[in-house]
Amino acid sequence: MTKTILILGARSDIGLAAAHAFAAKGYGVQLAARRAAELAAQKADIEVRFAVPVSLHECDALDLASHEAFVSGLPVLPDVAVCAIGTMGEQAENEQSAEKSVMVLRSNFEGPVSLFTILANRMAARGSGTLVGISSVAGERGRAANYVYGSAKAGFTAFLSGLRNRLARGRTGVHVVTVLPGFVNTAMTAGMDLPAKLTAEPAELGAAIWKAVESGRNVIYVRPIWRLVMLIIRHIPESIFKKLSI
Amino acid sequence: MLLSGWGRYPALECRLVRPGEGDGAVAALSASGPLIARGRGRAYGDAALNRDCTLDMRARNRMLAFDPATGVLVAEAGVTLAEIIDTFLPRGWFPAVTPGTKFVTLGGAIAADVHGKNHHKDGAFSGCIQWIDIIGADGVVRRAGPSENAELFAWTCGGMGLTGVILRAAVKLRPVETGWIRQRAIPAPGLATAMDLFEGAQDSTYSVAWIDCMAGGRALGRSIVMLGEHAARAELGPREGADPFVAARRRAKTVPFDLPGFALNSLSVRAFNQLYYGIGAWNAGESLIDFDSYFYPLDALLEWNRIYGRRGFAQFQCVLPLAASPEGLAVLLKAIARSGQGSFLAVLKRMGAQESRFSFPMEGYTLALDFPVREGTARLFTELERIVVDHGGRFYLAKDAFLSPEILRASDPRTPAFTAMRGASGADGRFVSALSERLKL
Repeated sequence: MTKTILILGARSDIGLAAAHAFAAKGYGVQLAARRAAELAAQKADIEVRFAVPVSLHECDALDLASHEAFVSGLPVLPDVAVCAIGTMGEQAENEQSAEKSVMVLRSNFEGPVSLFTILANRMAARGSGTLVGISSVAGERGRAANYVYGSAKAGFTAFLSGLRNRLARGRTGVHVVTVLPGFVNTAMTAGMDLPAKLTAEPAELGAAIWKAVESGRNVIYVRPIWRLVMLIIRHIPESIFKKLSI
Repeated sequence: MLLSGWGRYPALECRLVRPGEGDGAVAALSASGPLIARGRGRAYGDAALNRDCTLDMRARNRMLAFDPATGVLVAEAGVTLAEIIDTFLPRGWFPAVTPGTKFVTLGGAIAADVHGKNHHKDGAFSGCIQWIDIIGADGVVRRAGPSENAELFAWTCGGMGLTGVILRAAVKLRPVETGWIRQRAIPAPGLATAMDLFEGAQDSTYSVAWIDCMAGGRALGRSIVMLGEHAARAELGPREGADPFVAARRRAKTVPFDLPGFALNSLSVRAFNQLYYGIGAWNAGESLIDFDSYFYPLDALLEWNRIYGRRGFAQFQCVLPLAASPEGLAVLLKAIARSGQGSFLAVLKRMGAQESRFSFPMEGYTLALDFPVREGTARLFTELERIVVDHGGRFYLAKDAFLSPEILRASDPRTPAFTAMRGASGADGRFVSALSERLKL
């Protein structure tokens, strides 16, 4: 039987890259996002390239009350669900506006937690499934440059870790993969001058997610160098860290 | 950010802008100031550079529809030939026309009206385009093809992005039974033999020659002429038959760092050319090779442009009319051999007749070579340009970084009509590249 992958945040380059990687292996694809009807080109693209069925689903991460109905409305409970929902916001605006800060938390943390809780419980009831959370190295340590986004991702990373622990202990057959992409060449980072060696292409990420799901990995950094970079950043003493501009 | 073409010369500080979703986002950007669309940056010189706004079309790479009955693919302009091959070769389809790299986008291939090893038979890339959607200077999206908005279509093919931003295209693919090419390599000890071989090979689907541009005297123009046909299923041996669409791909190697400039001196190039001719002559005859090795030998070395060092390199590609080719090519080759400024990658090709508004090809012979950019390069180019103009030839703008507006006009009498079209449509104020400014287009 055809397996199915659900992409939450299907407008994101990373979500689409995951869809491509799985479609290449024959998975059917469910693309979920706000204004899903506008994803017709993305849908056609996957259908033409990989000759797999693709469906579009309306999903608003911030509209928590709609999430149960959204999951129930999927034609089939997916085998793999990838959450690529998120927005960085403008750090300078986030600092000045409590409202904007909270919005960043809601879209990167609250919405994904709500959706994954519902999906995790249904997958556990079925006895199989994989949840893939796209978190961020920004959540490993708060930095002046993007700590609002970073704190939301820190929360999401902790949630994924705990959910993985719970589902593994309960022998539910459901696995959780945490993805910490580092820099990726996407719309979110367009215009930033990123170091080439540290910057992954979305397709690289898609392939890495496929591999991680296949082999049951827990936490992946897409480019291995990031494991080292973050090890160092986590271990800088706070007295020094607070004066750095990194 | 610092942007350049594939030759890495010139490099300019450009604002690279990725448009949002929808045609409207491109129109809005275009309305806010002059820009030029850029795909994968495979034009060699300054064709896809604009300091204030270079439009990054790489993310516009969705395939929208494919008709297996006709082989027509509708796709966004940022889709590359590599993506098309990955997707459709396993289903028995291949680009009908392909240049020497598969990392070009559809938009770029149309804008440069690229040609391939089958130009003498199948014409240039525009010939396999059924229609394009293009945003013009007025911000309106138009569908243009040979039968609707034909003027706009004709100017856009070979128009170097200076008529508008190409959004989508319908491109007809060629049915193939396999991904293998039956190649026949024939050594030619001199220019006259090479040209005779081309003239005798008009029925071959593909033909191209690697030419040793360091050789002088009696060996002037010695070449390996390579003819090719798509291999049928029944023509494959057991090795190829086990992998008819060449799916078990070799892993691409890259040139990991810039070689120092001295790595490529006249001695190393001379040695390379000697060796290449020797090996080619040794391997003469028929063989089956995979499409990557046949069409894209250099793509296997990703970022091969770095072998020329930090200063980059410049391509020189011209075409001479058929009648003037024997003499003109000999004069060009002599000048190059005398300069000692070598080139590994010199290619000679017979082109077929092509009617076009501003495309490069014409019936005759095209010669392409590259030179590392160093002192004296500009002087040599000036000398070569003079020879081309004297013989009624013209230049390939997709490769160019050095031409002057005067030489362009001396070589291509179509130029005033092109600039007049730009003026009349208002494109001259909307679609501007470093190339269009340099050449006053």
